[in-house]
Amino acid sequence: MTKSFFFEFAKRNVRLHWLRSLLAVLGIVIGVVAIASMGILGNSLVLAISDSLSSVGDSVIVTPHTGGGVMGGSTGDYISDRDLEQIRRAVAPDITIPVYSGGSRMKVGSEDTAGSIYGLDPDDIAVLLEIREGSYLRGASSAMAGARFAEENNIKVGTRITVGDKGSLRVVGILEERGMGFDINPDYGIVVEDRWFEAAYDQDGYDMVIVKVRDLNTIEDVKNAIDKQLNRRETVVDVIDTKAILETILTTFGQISTFTTAIGGISLIVAGVSILNIMMMSVTERIKEIGVLRSIGTQKKEVRSIFLYEALILGLIGGIIGGVLSFVGGYAISIVMLETTKFLFYPSSLVYILYGVTFGVVTSLLSGLYPAWKASNLNPIEA
Amino acid sequence: MIQSPETEYIIQFRDVTKIYPLPAGDVVALDSINLEILPGEFIAIMGPSGSGKSTLLNLMGCLDTPTSGDLFIKGRNAGSMNDEELTALRRDHIGFIFQQFNLLPLLSALENVQYPLILKRGTKECEERCLHVLNAMELDETLYTHKPSELSGGQQQRVAIARALVNDPEILLADEPTGNLDTKTGTAIMELLLDLNRSRNETIIMVTHDPAVARYAHRIITIVDGRIT
Repeated sequence: MTKSFFFEFAKRNVRLHWLRSLLAVLGIVIGVVAIASMGILGNSLVLAISDSLSSVGDSVIVTPHTGGGVMGGSTGDYISDRDLEQIRRAVAPDITIPVYSGGSRMKVGSEDTAGSIYGLDPDDIAVLLEIREGSYLRGASSAMAGARFAEENNIKVGTRITVGDKGSLRVVGILEERGMGFDINPDYGIVVEDRWFEAAYDQDGYDMVIVKVRDLNTIEDVKNAIDKQLNRRETVVDVIDTKAILETILTTFGQISTFTTAIGGISLIVAGVSILNIMMMSVTERIKEIGVLRSIGTQKKEVRSIFLYEALILGLIGGIIGGVLSFVGGYAISIVMLETTKFLFYPSSLVYILYGVTFGVVTSLLSGLYPAWKASNLNPIEA
Repeated sequence: MIQSPETEYIIQFRDVTKIYPLPAGDVVALDSINLEILPGEFIAIMGPSGSGKSTLLNLMGCLDTPTSGDLFIKGRNAGSMNDEELTALRRDHIGFIFQQFNLLPLLSALENVQYPLILKRGTKECEERCLHVLNAMELDETLYTHKPSELSGGQQQRVAIARALVNDPEILLADEPTGNLDTKTGTAIMELLLDLNRSRNETIIMVTHDPAVARYAHRIITIVDGRIT
């Protein structure tokens, strides 16, 4: 009961100096919103990226050692059939998918365009790619168009595409958009049968071999097995573990997110200083009142609690308003920057609101500590 | 804790000296004071400004402790008590009345009276007791919910006296209780204090400049330059 009396006391003082309290609350609100919305944005970014990358997070990618770029491209160095066999043996029973890749000028109807070309074994295609419309490859002169490529060039099922001087293909299917990947990016190109690619380009080997790992925990072992098998004497191939890359990217984004959240934290510190300031003002103004409180028998800790309650009230009001506004702000930022709000409702995003509110209340209480201590230690006679 | 040998005294000063160290040199506010006060006495302390009247009252009120000598309040040595014990002693056994009334501005008249009782009992179930004490102060009941700023000086002092009495203290310390009141209101307040002294056997120690006010007391102590004369 004594406590509720002191709380009432604090509440009345907050209300009496409403403008001053409002400004302090405003500081906390800004701080909480800064922390929470930065955190939500950062986390949503990480989620969005991992969402578009995770489909390739279960692969080990093997490329020729010399000059073979991660993202494909013909350089004259290839993975031979013999190497492919060795990889197969090393990683069994995981699926091994050899890939031809290149790029070419193309003609869709009378329009000139350009895009990438991937040559795949029809049996492997369903493992890597999903179809949106039409069917998977049917026959050597059929092709599937990437989602963006189809959109930009107005390609539909049945459209004919002429690839440079290599002949003409009929589109039998449009692929589902796949997003950024470390293995193949057919969104801006077409996928054809390996037999057609071999006939058209007459390559000595494959540009890339993708190993789909069933158990993600073994991805490191798979990578090492290939390394051991093929790179025993000299480095023949480069082996990339996409999970590791993914993790590096996500960690980096996570760090950026933490950094921006920390910048938000600075505004909360500023808010804390302003609370410290107004509470010191309050103590100075109420020296006489504190002296009376002490002289009629209020213990030091009871005086302290009055001032801490004040700080708590300011922190709670600021925190709650800030929490609500951060949700609204997070919603707005998500729509503007990510064009979707689905990542906002993940617990890992929403938890930043909780962080923001907690930091707001804690900052407020910490700022109240010194004024409260100062007030309780005033000499009742001098007061 | 050293107990006073003569426990019949409610307040006893034994060779009490109070020195305030200042950069310009120590100020001796009280110099070897010996004073005994019996329960139920009504005492006026008089003396020129800076003579040590307030220091004497602060020591009696446990707001300060002696630099040397022993001060016994209700038989307990104030010099050997810590802040928490002194605060509890003030709360439970000593009532304060100030020249400026010093009511808590955020609280209503009734709440001001309730406050010390809540401190002591930790409960709000005390409204009856507070109303009883306030009624004895002859204050219009419609004023109980008013804030101090809405009350006249005399009304505020009545609330302040009710606040001082609500915990049934044995000692009532008053610092110029009529200093901010007109003669008529001042007289009424003095009559009230006198009545408390007579009917409740309240020990009252009052600092005043005004000889007319001092005449209400049984005993007048005059203090000059930190010494009782």
